[in-house]
Parts: sequence; C-alpha cells; structure tokens
Amino acid sequence: MTPSLLEHLIILPILLPLVAAAFMLLLKEQRYKTKAALSLAVCAALLGTALLLLQEASVGGSGGGDTARVYSLGNWAAPFGIVLVADRLSTLMLALIAVVGAAGLIFALARWDRAGPRFHALYLLLMMGVSGAVLTGDLFNLFVFFEVMLAASYGLLLHGSGEARVKAGLGYVAINLTASLFFLIGVALIYGTVGALNMADLSARIPYIPDADRPLFEAGCAILGVAFLIKAAAWPLGLWLPGAYSAASAPVAAVFTLLSKVGVYVLLRLSMLMFYPESGASAGFAQTLLTVMGLATVLFGAAGVIAAQRLERVVGYAVMASSGTVLALVGMGQADVLGGALFYMVASTLATGALFLIAEILTRGDDRAFAGQEAFFDDEYTDPFEADEVEEVGRVMPRSLALLGAFFAFAALVVASMPPLAGFIGKLAIFIGLLNGEGARQPLNWWIIGILSFSSFATLIALVRIGIDGFWKRDESNALAVRSPEFVAIGGLIGCCLWLTVAGGAALDYTSHTGDWLTRPTDYVAAVLKGRL
Amino acid sequence: MEIVLAIGIGILTASGVWLLLRPRTFQVIIGLSLLGYAVNLFIFAMGRLKAGAPPLVNPGEVDTSAYADPVPQALVLTAIVISFALTALYLVVLLTARGITGTDHVDGQEPE
Repeated sequence: MTPSLLEHLIILPILLPLVAAAFMLLLKEQRYKTKAALSLAVCAALLGTALLLLQEASVGGSGGGDTARVYSLGNWAAPFGIVLVADRLSTLMLALIAVVGAAGLIFALARWDRAGPRFHALYLLLMMGVSGAVLTGDLFNLFVFFEVMLAASYGLLLHGSGEARVKAGLGYVAINLTASLFFLIGVALIYGTVGALNMADLSARIPYIPDADRPLFEAGCAILGVAFLIKAAAWPLGLWLPGAYSAASAPVAAVFTLLSKVGVYVLLRLSMLMFYPESGASAGFAQTLLTVMGLATVLFGAAGVIAAQRLERVVGYAVMASSGTVLALVGMGQADVLGGALFYMVASTLATGALFLIAEILTRGDDRAFAGQEAFFDDEYTDPFEADEVEEVGRVMPRSLALLGAFFAFAALVVASMPPLAGFIGKLAIFIGLLNGEGARQPLNWWIIGILSFSSFATLIALVRIGIDGFWKRDESNALAVRSPEFVAIGGLIGCCLWLTVAGGAALDYTSHTGDWLTRPTDYVAAVLKGRL
Repeated sequence: MEIVLAIGIGILTASGVWLLLRPRTFQVIIGLSLLGYAVNLFIFAMGRLKAGAPPLVNPGEVDTSAYADPVPQALVLTAIVISFALTALYLVVLLTARGITGTDHVDGQEPE
C-alpha cells in the first residue's frame, strides 16, 4: 500500500460497516449466509485496520509514537472541518472494539443472528457508531456517532424479541433519549460560551474564556458529563444497566460492554483535554466529584454482584464496577494511574464480554425470554431456533463442560483482578501509581485502594458461587450443547486476556505511555490544529 | 425577545420533565418530544438571537456582526432529524410493549 492510501486507513472503521450495513438492507432475510459472510469480512477488516493503527501508534509511524494521526474529512482543515483523530487512546479503544465486536459476531453466527430480522445490519451500524465515537475529534460529530450507536443498540437490545426484552427496551430507550438531550444541552452551552466544537480548538480556547461566561461553560460541561455518566452507568445514574444488559441476547450484551466503556472513554478524553492544569480557572473541574462518583459506582457494583442471583446480572454489576474503577481514576488525572486504569479497562472489558457469552450457554434450556412470544411484524420470526436445533446437535464439542468451566474460571479471575492474570496486573499498576504519585498517601488514595480491593473480593465471592452452581452442581443428563463458533468466540476473548497477561509488560508499557500522552493535551492540540493557533 | 424565548423554553422543559416522570408510556413519549423541542430551541438560542440577519456570508462583507451564527442552525437541523427518528423508534417499542404486556404502564404491569 502506498502512503497516500494508508492515510485513508483511519476512515475505514466508519465507512466499511456503514456501506456493508446499507448493502445488507437490500438482501432478503433468507440469505443470512451471505450476510454472515459479509459481516465477518467487515469485522476482520476492522480488526486488521485497528491492529495496523495500534501498531503505528505504539511504534510511531511517520511522526513517532507521540503524535496523533489526523484525518480531515473532505480535506477541510480543523477547526472548521470535522476531523478524525487516531492517537494512542483512540487506537487502543478501536482495537478493543474490533476484538469484542468480532467475538460477539462469531458467537452470534451459531444461532443468534437468525433470532430476528436485520441482525447483521444493526450489528455493523453499532460497530460503526462505536468506532466513530472513539475516532472523532469534534464534539457534535461525537453526538452523531453516539446516536448512531444508540439507535443500533435499541434495535439490538430488542433482538430476539420476548416480553423481558421489550420491557427492558422501554426503559433503556427512554433513559438514553433523555441522556441525548442532556448531551445536546451541554454541547449547546459549550458552543455558546467557547464558540468552538472541535475538541482540540476547545482545549486551546479554554484558558481565554471570559470570567463572566465561565460558570455557564462549567454548567455546560457538567450537563455534558451527565450524559456520559449515564452511558458509563456511574452511580446513581446507572441503575438501568444490569436490567437492560441481562435482558439482551448474549452477543448483544457482550458488545454492550463496549458502550459503557465508550462513555468512560469520552469522560476521560474530555476531562484530560479541557481541564488540564494550565487551563486557567477551570483546571481540575469536577475531578474529585468524578472520583467520588466512581468509587460509589464501584461500591454499588460490588454490592450488586454479591446480591445478584443469575450470572447475567452478576456480570452486569461487574461492568458497572469496572466502569466505576476507571472513572474514579480518571478523576485522579495522574499519568501512571491512568496507564494502569486503561490496562484494567481493556482486560475487564474482554473478560466481562466473555462472561456474558458463557452466561447464555449456562442458562440454555430455560430460555425464559422466549416463552410465549408472538409475532408483531410480518417479517418477524416466531420460532427462530426450531429449524436448526436438530441438525447441529451432532456437532457438540467433547468435554465442552470442562473447557467452558476453564474459560469461566479464567474470565472470573480476570474480572475479580486476582493474580496472576491480566486484571491483577492492571490493578497492581493502579495501586503502585496511587502510592508513588505526587499526591501519594493521601486519605483519598487509601480509600480508592481499599474500595477497589473490596470490589475484587466481592466479585470473586459472587463468581465462585455462580461457578459452583453452574458447573459442579450440574445435572449429568443436562449436557451443554456448545457449538463451534461459540467456542471460537469465547476462546478468542479468553485468548486475548491470556495474551494481555503473558505480554503484560509490553501492553502495560503502551497504556502507561498513553496515560502520559493524555496528560500532555497540548501535543494533541498541536497535532490537530497544526500550528494554526 | 430573549425573555419570551426563555419563558417558552422553560415551559416546554417543565412540561416535558413532568410528563417524562409520569407512569404511562404515551405521557413519556410526549414528554420526550416536548423536551426535544425545548432543547432544539435552546441550541438555536445559543447562536444568539438576531432578527433579519442572514447566516450565509456575503463575499464582500466581512463584518461578522451582520450575520447570524450558522453553526447552531446546522446543529439544530441534525438534532431535529435524529430526535424525530428516535422518537419514531420509541413509538414502535411502546406499541410492541403495549401489545405484549397488555398495559401501557412503563413497568409493563399495573401497580398493585
């Protein structure tokens, strides 16, 4: 590939799923094999692109590892045009999205993609929205990608139909529509006071906001923050999450773990870009509040993990606890702590995604969500699994219970951050950062360490209990029918966690370098605006 | 002019929030629509109110105070389209929920 073509690489994660999803709408539902092949190809291309960008961000392409790759759409220069920015953080998120997205899709190919109409198109649109949200460098464009992501997620949450999903969808759609309105109010207030929507431009202008406008600007940021805190499921705005995620079909729940992390990503990105130490009177705005909210989320998630009875709900609360952990550390705004937090986020997202997939296999046979459903639309399938259930039983993997149990134990240890696996490396890096940093050994740091350790302990108790119930107390006659794509999907996610553990040094190096890069927002601004200030 | 707009946005928002917190799905969707209108007006107002000023720049005239800010107008257009589409989508979910659960309560069941 020539360098000029490589420059367009960054737009592929948005363009490819969009075009493929649009094309799929032209195909009949019966041609699901074509659609599945197309989705797989798109996901593979996304994975390739993400890894290529990640590799470039880590070793440094043309301009070294510390620059961001900037792509001006339609060649309109920032801050007037919309830019896509792939820096260390964006590419890390993109790689995470591509991996979890591919795993969810492969899992769905076993049977879930036939459980309702237009699964593949919605799935690819979700991938497009999530990728766009982490790549964009413009606040309003972020809103558009967020809405694409949410619109696709509404459809996917309802995928498979059934009363439980429709009830969950009703609440999920309402709360996210409200969050979008908060998003718009926040963006409007920020535009009204700063006069910019480009994130880099915004960052550069913040020190010069007139004092009279500053309260209004900060109110705008707070309202904008509420929108992402709802998405990231921070306490007390995230009470909707366990219900919605546990009602969703398994592959959808697995990719929904990404949605929460996108909320966390935006909070991290914006708070580092807008409230850096040199940003004048707004420096450190709401940082302590973010930490306290994050810790409250962790505590709430830990309590929920212990209280929940079903694995899906346990994992839902674990997702909250993981988001809360990262949020609390975003509030600390310390480079080495952020490095550990990002590492932990990647590991816990992969592991919670895997657990959602395992949960569905374990509860198979008592598919409550499917009991007594009726078709409401002409093209809806009433009984999607009946046709293929019989023919595929022959392909049940041998010793599936043992292998699945091993996967479960592995994912549980990562989510609970127990040594020697990836989650532990992340938490250890966080603790070391908290104990060694500038403001080290303050009471707050000890509180964070205590609460994070407690949440690990609570998660371990809950998952061990669920594991005993799910694997050891299992009725012998009730064999697990696991299909090969499902093994590949779960195994892939577990394999990534394993890789994160084995290559922990290199990965942690990347994330701590990313944390360091985030604390130097002027470099980001310079890369985007190219000396146009 | 500002006070009229501010009162209008305030009334729309207050009614929207009240309806959003009501237990029937139809009230919720009307509440969301009203809130959407309020937010759209608010975005528009953030470009400052100006009467009779065009948003398009005349090549010869560079005095920016003679123009209305075009950006919020573009934003509000996008916001209208998106909120319209999503409200329509919510309407479908609402009708499906009504059909499956047999009630229009947001919890999917009548309170005891």
